[in-house]
Amino acid sequence: MKLLEIAHSRTGDKGDISNISVIAYDIRDYELLKEKVTEELVARVYKGYCHGTVTRYELPQIGALNFVLTSTLGGGVTRSLRLDTHGKCLCSYLLDVDI
Amino acid sequence: MRTIRIGSGAGFSNDRVEPGIELLEKGNLDYFCLECLAERTIAIAQKEKTSDPDIGYNPYLVYRMKRILPAAVKNKVKVITNMGGANVEKAVAKTAEIARSFGITGVKIVGVLGDDIFSQLDRYDDCPIFETGGRLGDLKNKVAANAYLGCEGIVQALKDGADIVITGRCSDPALFLAPLVYEFGWAMDDYEKMGKGTVVGHLLECSGQVSGGNFCIPGYKDVEDLCHLGFPYADVSEDGKIFISKPAGTGGRVDVQTCSEQLLYEIHDPANYVTPDCIADFSNVSFVQAGEDRVQVLGATGKEKPSTLKVSVGYKDGYIGSCGLSFGGPKCFERTVLAVRTIEEIIQTYYDPAEHRVDIIGYNSLYPRDLDEGFPNGAEPLELRMRVAVRDDNRETLTMIFNEVDAFTIDGPANCGGMQRSISELVAMLSVLVPREDITVSFIEEVL
Repeated sequence: MKLLEIAHSRTGDKGDISNISVIAYDIRDYELLKEKVTEELVARVYKGYCHGTVTRYELPQIGALNFVLTSTLGGGVTRSLRLDTHGKCLCSYLLDVDI
Repeated sequence: MRTIRIGSGAGFSNDRVEPGIELLEKGNLDYFCLECLAERTIAIAQKEKTSDPDIGYNPYLVYRMKRILPAAVKNKVKVITNMGGANVEKAVAKTAEIARSFGITGVKIVGVLGDDIFSQLDRYDDCPIFETGGRLGDLKNKVAANAYLGCEGIVQALKDGADIVITGRCSDPALFLAPLVYEFGWAMDDYEKMGKGTVVGHLLECSGQVSGGNFCIPGYKDVEDLCHLGFPYADVSEDGKIFISKPAGTGGRVDVQTCSEQLLYEIHDPANYVTPDCIADFSNVSFVQAGEDRVQVLGATGKEKPSTLKVSVGYKDGYIGSCGLSFGGPKCFERTVLAVRTIEEIIQTYYDPAEHRVDIIGYNSLYPRDLDEGFPNGAEPLELRMRVAVRDDNRETLTMIFNEVDAFTIDGPANCGGMQRSISELVAMLSVLVPREDITVSFIEEVL
């Protein structure tokens, strides 16, 4: 099953840091998200993209995880040479993961 | 119990205009707030202002104000915006000029000044740069320095009778927090209230992102009628009850899912969201569907505000640009890969830019994928586009590399076209933290 089937997601940016939320459609799936969508998994998905650390924050009351990825936006929104300087498209690739 | 209704009219500089005007006309609002100032925008505007002292405010201020002013006056709605950018004085003057052209009277426009500390930046030469740890004094070609102000200046402007408040750099939530502090007399050291007001600002500051924008995946998260997307408003009561909604009959949706996505947007540690007015704590925020397109926000709080303010420092860092060239039809992947490998070889042989990257749009421009891998399951794309991006101190280096790409139409792989390029001066941003007491807010006003 793809993560897309049970969770939705949005990416935000600040400087060279990207944050990616993963939110269960059904809050009963939160424990599954917590078990499967680990910092290690996220680091693996963004290998070659995130050159810093991955930190996970847990928000059980809304069934959400928030991942913070440092050194991820090609030096920051203002000087990145990437097409998507803000990294707004990033979260879609996490939803493609099999869990 | 008094309740104030605050609407969101824009979530960034280039945001849509019409959904905001519809909200202003039909939303029964008390306040209409527009966030229009991205991190880098103000530094670029500052640079422009040095060549023309009459510009530097938001480039769409005139267009927006022509639509906003008559509707705001008619509906008795106060307007708060950071469209002053790098030139609050001229933004106020221009807004007054537009108001006069409509024959508007009895309106006070107040500009909040004090964020621009560029002239005194050398005081902080020994301060460490937040992102790099380097010494600020060693950073060359600085062009702008703007402190993120809190809500205090806007609150004072409202106390002074402002109908329209125009700021430069301030925190995004401050635009929405300020009217709550003013209307309800919330103490600015009541950090639970500051946290509640900050979550209101955070949920509203990106306009449609809480009401169905940046949300729809057809078949998974459906959203009706994005064309007529309803921009959001918040009903906030004196004791801090918060409801997020949007005008009836508009497109989009406001529900627990849209609010949850926006709550975490651009948030790192949810328990410690640092703003000039408080360290907001969203870690226990929850949402309850209170009606159709109406969500109650529970559990926001805050902690004591930081003793420092963040100052964004803009500096010139050469030139940045990109160009693209398209390939289509049979074997377009193979031809694009040949183009990528050839331009890489040309750049390495004849040029030495500070930084460059070459991607294929439709293959690996958003997410890394090696050229050798090819498309999954041997799929054949219909068309692809090579993108070449370059940064260098010398503009000519970019121009000549992009000419090399352009020349592929006669000297490169077969049958490519659609070359487009853009080059701009690069203003990059770093930040320093300065003592809060160093920043003094002042005001200008126009009374019509």
